[in-house]
Amino acid sequence: MTNSERKDQPEAATFSVEKRKVSLTINGVKQEIEVEVWTSILDLLREHLHLTGTKKGCDHGQCGACTVLMDGKRINSCLSLAVMHDGAEITTVEGLATGDKLHPVQEAFIEHDAFQCGYCTPGQICSTIGLVNEGKAKTLEDIRDLMSGNICRCGAYNNIVKVVQEALERSRS
Amino acid sequence: MRPFSFTKAGDIASALKINSETEKAKFIAGGTNLLDLMKFDIMHPKHLIDITGVALKTIENTEDGGLRLGALVSNADTAYHEEVEKRYPLLSNAILAGASAQLRNKATNGGNLLQRTRCYYFYDLTTPCNKREPGTGCSAINGYNRLHAIFGASEQCIATHPSDMCVALAALEATVQVTGPNGDRSIAFEDFHRLPGDTPEKDSNLSEDEIIISIDLPPKGFSENFTYIKNRDRASYSFALVSMAVGLEMENDTIKEARIALGGVAHKPWRNKEAEALLENKKATKENFEKVADAIINGAKAYQYNEFKIELARRTVVRALMQAAKIDK
Repeated sequence: MTNSERKDQPEAATFSVEKRKVSLTINGVKQEIEVEVWTSILDLLREHLHLTGTKKGCDHGQCGACTVLMDGKRINSCLSLAVMHDGAEITTVEGLATGDKLHPVQEAFIEHDAFQCGYCTPGQICSTIGLVNEGKAKTLEDIRDLMSGNICRCGAYNNIVKVVQEALERSRS
Repeated sequence: MRPFSFTKAGDIASALKINSETEKAKFIAGGTNLLDLMKFDIMHPKHLIDITGVALKTIENTEDGGLRLGALVSNADTAYHEEVEKRYPLLSNAILAGASAQLRNKATNGGNLLQRTRCYYFYDLTTPCNKREPGTGCSAINGYNRLHAIFGASEQCIATHPSDMCVALAALEATVQVTGPNGDRSIAFEDFHRLPGDTPEKDSNLSEDEIIISIDLPPKGFSENFTYIKNRDRASYSFALVSMAVGLEMENDTIKEARIALGGVAHKPWRNKEAEALLENKKATKENFEKVADAIINGAKAYQYNEFKIELARRTVVRALMQAAKIDK
């Protein structure tokens, strides 16, 4: 059956897919990717590039599992259209290690046992690095407040806070 | 999300032109609220006009000694801007009380003003909502209305405005500069948002074909005596039950001018200027603050599940004024 025969679905008859080429530097590699205009950065990473480290939790900017660094700043990739960020530099959890050597924040998550199921962890790690870059967290209370955009349903918060504290101390030394 | 077409506008003139020539178009900048609402199928524009490429990204001094906040500056860059922190700490605190660090990095100042209510029924497509679909009815009035308005509501809608930033802007008496096909105009902050009345689908007095250019802050920033209090169900990343922005101009222990704006209680940031005037040339005492608090809650109307907000608002007025005046008892 062709679209024009589907009289019960008038929307489908007028449906057209608009695509664009987007140029992004992802984990240091410049790439040109053609996506539908409604593709989020999150879907681009996971579905087009198969970088599935970045997680889709709520897809509404409430859980923080999709947090990546865009031009050095942490953002919710689920609420970002790829076509609006042509030319951007994106770092995901896959881009943090140097060869087999983990990023210090990744190591600290293991050392402090800062996760159970691990689903929120890539977002927590990117958010921690973003928080350190921002340089606004001074107290324990600041850390808790500034990490509140990353939900952990296993409740590993106490140990996540220890990781952030350590990352801040390292950045100062 | 429903399919849509997309254009990136190079400047404001072309953004306005594309908008006038395209059916069901919508401007997009940070996207943190609009894309969320599109995913829920609450808003369904057929065309998005990306305005992030136009030049509204600076914070600069105005000729009258105030500060102009570009509409496309992010909430985070505004809150942490040196001049905002120094001259308008009330605004900085209010912005940082809202959303999460990730959202503040993307959300823009113009978009903050235009964010839509967090009424559960507005988000629930299976229930009637006059704001989402005019004429279908309000599910909140006789529903679960814990988050809802105690001031200025109508039979059509009892939703609240969710912004923290806007509560501070109401207290600071900012001006919103906008532009559209008919030229530029200035909107006083108190006239920017609307009460629901019979048209709850309209949140603000900005026309569909207008763009916010900047938010201008007047010179007076109340940087000596101010506070922003946000009462909510958890300590962070949660919408306000009752929030409050207070700015005081003081001479020793006498109040010359008081600004008190409430959030989470109405369809717009709520002020009661007659009540504020009760503090003019009065001593900063708990007793005087309690009188103002009583005047502010006078006329409040609760629904089944939000009666607690009236007493919470009264106590918060007293506490906020004491914090701003820096008195303990």
